[in-house]
Amino acid sequence: MNTAVTAVAGNPSPTLARHKLMESLLRILTRCAAITVLIMLSGVIISLIDGSLPALKAFGFSFFHTESWNPVTEKFGAAAPIYGTLVTSLIAMLIGFPISIGIAVFITELCPPKLKQPISTAIELLAGIPSIIYGIWGLFVLAPLLQKYVQPLLIKAFDGVPGLSTLFAGPPYGIGVLTAGLILSIMVLPFITSITRDVFETVPPMLKESAYGLGCTTWEVVRHVVLPFTKTGVIGGVMLGLGRALGETMAVTFVIGNAHRISHSLLAPGTTISASIANEFTEADGTLYTSSLIALGLILFIITFIVLGAARLMLLRMKQSEGR
Amino acid sequence: MNNAHMNMALYARRRRFNRVAMLLSFSSAAAGMVALAWILATLFLKGAAGVSLSVFTHMTPPPGSAGGLLNAMYGSLVQTLIATLIGTPVGILAGTYMAEYGRNTKLTSVVRFINDVLLSAPSIVVGLFVYEIMVQPMGHFSAWAGCVALSILVLPVVVRTTEDMLLLVPDSLREAASALGAPRWLVIQQVCYRAARAGLITGTLLAIARVSGETAPLLFTSLNNQFWSTNMNAPMANLPVVIFQFALSPYPDWQRLAWTGALLITLTVLALNVFARTIARPRSSGH
Repeated sequence: MNTAVTAVAGNPSPTLARHKLMESLLRILTRCAAITVLIMLSGVIISLIDGSLPALKAFGFSFFHTESWNPVTEKFGAAAPIYGTLVTSLIAMLIGFPISIGIAVFITELCPPKLKQPISTAIELLAGIPSIIYGIWGLFVLAPLLQKYVQPLLIKAFDGVPGLSTLFAGPPYGIGVLTAGLILSIMVLPFITSITRDVFETVPPMLKESAYGLGCTTWEVVRHVVLPFTKTGVIGGVMLGLGRALGETMAVTFVIGNAHRISHSLLAPGTTISASIANEFTEADGTLYTSSLIALGLILFIITFIVLGAARLMLLRMKQSEGR
Repeated sequence: MNNAHMNMALYARRRRFNRVAMLLSFSSAAAGMVALAWILATLFLKGAAGVSLSVFTHMTPPPGSAGGLLNAMYGSLVQTLIATLIGTPVGILAGTYMAEYGRNTKLTSVVRFINDVLLSAPSIVVGLFVYEIMVQPMGHFSAWAGCVALSILVLPVVVRTTEDMLLLVPDSLREAASALGAPRWLVIQQVCYRAARAGLITGTLLAIARVSGETAPLLFTSLNNQFWSTNMNAPMANLPVVIFQFALSPYPDWQRLAWTGALLITLTVLALNVFARTIARPRSSGH
């Protein structure tokens, strides 16, 4: 087309030249912006590796399995924060996953159509509440409640039961690993729910109606038709929630108790990677201390990157199979 | 006879099981709503008590005396604004590349994947990153560093919504404009951006909502400042960090201010969320 216009005009018109310039300008500009996203990621990784080198050099591999965290003797190990991060996230998933599935089933199968939108919005608003609000609520409302009523009950109920009695060993502090896990389970609800709801809605009505036609109950339809059909998507949603729980900072910082030790009891204070960084980074003096905290950040970033990456791949696969 | 009896028993058991499962499903939904209502109710009960004019006119106080949150509000506003001004244009341009010029290219699928991961990546790591590249070389905490940290969080939200919204614009519109002889950049500017405008605004609002409550990335970038400061090269107060510091303090005055700040910030964020949704709704239902 361009050549045709040029041929008629005899020489390239100024308008055409301007169009050409703007065209290549926007193309290059947008391309650079897209590449910025990649630069961001590599920048984060490189700077974290660079910052954590002193600690990794000083402690070597033992950094990952040493429990001690002593700023005075400058002996640091990541075992306690890693343990805390994994355990709180595990608790969050154990509680949050079934509830999210329940809500998604309620919204897609049980709820009257009029209530569908308001309930979905309300659950999504949970994701909008800033993490620090969960923290302050957890510290001043949830923790005292747990300390007074729930934790004594748990200690009493599991007293003498092998295994469980060490998990729920006293005293009831209120704050601790279990409380952090509970708060996290509320925080991951909206993320898992919105994805499960979305993938539940991709199930062809024909499949569900055939099952209902055979006489299946709603539960049986969910269990044997909806869940198998959406398996990949649901797992993707759970992984996404897990990624959120692993990296969550402020809410956990308020209620975890910031104790650098691995305790068998879920009621005892602990710490997570993100809580340690949030609590100690500005106060950390000395290269080794700062570097150890950055190394914690690196570990966290790698863990969440793998989990979130896997989640996205699963959701992608779900989307592709939907197109078939 | 026996067989029929057995079937009835099985049927009754299946129905009972179904009822229990549905009851659990209903309770989960109820639990979610209760959690939301409980948190909001606590915020209103504890936060509204402290709302007064002095909150908006006074600086954050030293321990044990009355004061307000003016400097923190100003700091939050300025830093969120600048972060949005940095992050949004880059995000919209990147989204434009993914939906227009580079649709179906290798670069786009890589950027989309990385962007989705960054969308949920822990924000405290972003704080560490900015500390490494800005605070440490400059030798001091600064509001600029806070702005940059927040803008890194704005970017993925805007990229995601821009791409999604531009992909919703029907190709027939683009083709019609091209058929009239409009070059690609004019098509994007005059047709695609206009058609997707509501969606783009929604994305920006959601990004603002996301960062205005962020605490972790500000902890060691812009830090905090007890006094009025407009110097972008110095530490600057901001609501989330003030809430964090005041809530964990033993002083009742500070704790009261923390609750008030928490109420203000939650109302702002939720209002932005709801507003963004109402803008987006007519569009999304139109397709």
